[in-house]
Amino acid sequence: MLEIKNLHAGVDEKEILKGINLFVKPGELHAIMGPNGSGKSTLANIITGRDHYEVMEGSVTYNGKDLLDMSPEDRALSGIFMSFQYPVVIPGVNNTYFLRAALNAKLKNQGLKEMNAVDFMHLIREKLKRVQMDEKYLTRAVNDGFSGGEKKRNEILQMLTLEPTFSILDETDSGLDIDALKIVADGVNNFRNKERSFLAITHYQRLLEYMAPDFIHVLIDGKIVKSGDKSLAIELEKKGYSWLEK
Amino acid sequence: MAKSNPIIDSAISQEYEYGFVTDIEQETIPPGLNEDVIRLISSKKNEPDWLLEWRLKAYNQWLKMEEPNWAKLHYAEIDFQAISYYSAPKEKEKLKSLDEVDPELLETYTKLGIPLEEQKMLANVAVDAVFDSVSVTTTFKEELGKAGVIFCSFSEAVKTHPELIRKYLGSVVPPTDNYFAALNSAVFSDGSFVYIPKGVRCPMELSTYFRINAANTGQFERTLIIAEEGSHVSYLEGCTAPMRDENQLHAAVVELIAHKNAEIKYSTVQNWYPGDPKTGRGGIYNFVTKRGICIGDNSKISWTQVETGSALTWKYPSCILKGDNSVGEFYSVALSNNFQQADTGTKMIHIGKNTRSTIISKGISAGKGQNTYRGGVKIMKSAEYARNYSQCDSILIGDECGAHTFPYIDVRNPTAQMEHEASTSRIGEDQLFYCNQRGISTEDAVSMIVNGFCKKVFNELPMEFAVEAQKLMEVSLEGAVG
Repeated sequence: MLEIKNLHAGVDEKEILKGINLFVKPGELHAIMGPNGSGKSTLANIITGRDHYEVMEGSVTYNGKDLLDMSPEDRALSGIFMSFQYPVVIPGVNNTYFLRAALNAKLKNQGLKEMNAVDFMHLIREKLKRVQMDEKYLTRAVNDGFSGGEKKRNEILQMLTLEPTFSILDETDSGLDIDALKIVADGVNNFRNKERSFLAITHYQRLLEYMAPDFIHVLIDGKIVKSGDKSLAIELEKKGYSWLEK
Repeated sequence: MAKSNPIIDSAISQEYEYGFVTDIEQETIPPGLNEDVIRLISSKKNEPDWLLEWRLKAYNQWLKMEEPNWAKLHYAEIDFQAISYYSAPKEKEKLKSLDEVDPELLETYTKLGIPLEEQKMLANVAVDAVFDSVSVTTTFKEELGKAGVIFCSFSEAVKTHPELIRKYLGSVVPPTDNYFAALNSAVFSDGSFVYIPKGVRCPMELSTYFRINAANTGQFERTLIIAEEGSHVSYLEGCTAPMRDENQLHAAVVELIAHKNAEIKYSTVQNWYPGDPKTGRGGIYNFVTKRGICIGDNSKISWTQVETGSALTWKYPSCILKGDNSVGEFYSVALSNNFQQADTGTKMIHIGKNTRSTIISKGISAGKGQNTYRGGVKIMKSAEYARNYSQCDSILIGDECGAHTFPYIDVRNPTAQMEHEASTSRIGEDQLFYCNQRGISTEDAVSMIVNGFCKKVFNELPMEFAVEAQKLMEVSLEGAVG
């Protein structure tokens, strides 16, 4: 379970998150909605441990472990995954090689045997089908020359391969046409189970039509101003955010 | 001013692993350079008169020349009179087996990961170990002898094959070619000599490990490789050097001659001491002249280099494509970390018809390192339908380093086809974070990205060298990540 208590955090001494409390239990999908600049991405960056982000007060724990005390890779190895809003291009590094390195880092951390190239190819071909990606993406460099939609699908492919227990979907719907959105949502939905939890960050309720959230939280100016169930998203779509702002 | 990044800083703050000095008695002549010093070097090596004359002529030319200053390198003036021009391990009785080699010397090789014994038994590599200017031991000689291949120290070749030395010495790099080539011609100490007879495919990779060991001693190697008609040879050169306070000058000359249908592949992994990582003091100055001539039709010369060491690198392995249909290749990875400066590239001179050249250059800059690619492609009037493809890529790690590209193109025949591609990219914080978020450590991420960047060049190295090169890149870039 992910527990965020009274989190105050920001960049360069500027406070962006002003007292966040959030509890995500295994199996739950929480959505964080809010206007631009409300602190949604900061929250994702704090959980994953991006450099330059600073915690002023509060705590973030995952299954009882203090996440804030861990390096980004240790957090990842503990089961935290983020589908990036802007997936990063790594020229020269083969997509398959990258994915296998990531999976083997995880297996090694768990004291398991690393996977050889042949076994990995079997695994990855099966995962590719779930996000309807062509095998040609395996031989390309990581995200190099991928379209926006291909990058997002590649993120979901990584999630399906690494099988994290807590996944942040940072604006995964942005830049996707409706078909790609369905593919991505199906990928996530089929991946959901009792143990795995999700934090979906989004502007629009569009994504939430395809993956039913258990809870929706509205983040405005660094605070969660309202929480509710799926119906809140529909209300937001009609009325916008202004009625919640002070 | 740019903000420093602790992740990247620690990722590139790897210190030189091979910094140690072997305590072996050296026979070193006092610093200084004049005709008497040259006579002394020549007499210590029992050289014939013609060679002494050749050296003296080069020396007198050198006196009239000026040190080049066009390279993008900044360094304090070199005091050529403060350098000792000869150093040799004290003469002992002739060695017949490894048991007779100084155990301390053998231990040095072990520290460097190149145990001679193991290589002798396991790898199919003949090693001519040059330890400070004098060859201590040569292996595999017999087997090479059966094939008619001559592989020995330069000094030995002067005695045993004077006719070949006289014919080819200075034929590709004349003593007056440049300042450092002239200096080398005057004072060269030793080096390697390779001769592959007509139609012979050299049965093994030929390998030489160089090592600078005495303080204040310039290292002036001379290498000459001759591939007769239809022959084939692959030559490997690799080096590491111990930590030192004084700047050490290294000015080598390498000459390659490929006759009709012959092929020479010359691979280098260079890891001279790069200087103190915090101040840049004490690193090797590496001024090298390497040039090959494809003198016969359908011949081929291929240079592959992985340059990770030295405080200064000034090096442009080149090909003169004289024979029709001859091929020149240059594959290079040059890394400059901390205070290192590298100005390196190639020259391809197309003279024959249908000559082709390929240039793949990968520059990596980290810390405060400055990396310059300088390459010239010249298509002479006679070179009908010549073709060149050049690709120069640079990668920057951190924000205090620099990458520079100076391509010179001179085309005098309208049938030529030229292609040039260049790119500059950066290992950014976002890339490292992306890898970290997938559970990959920063150390592994840097290594993965750099190796991906260098792949095209590493693929050109012989297998055993490719592994070593990859290891060297890792050591040079990423060991100190906390």
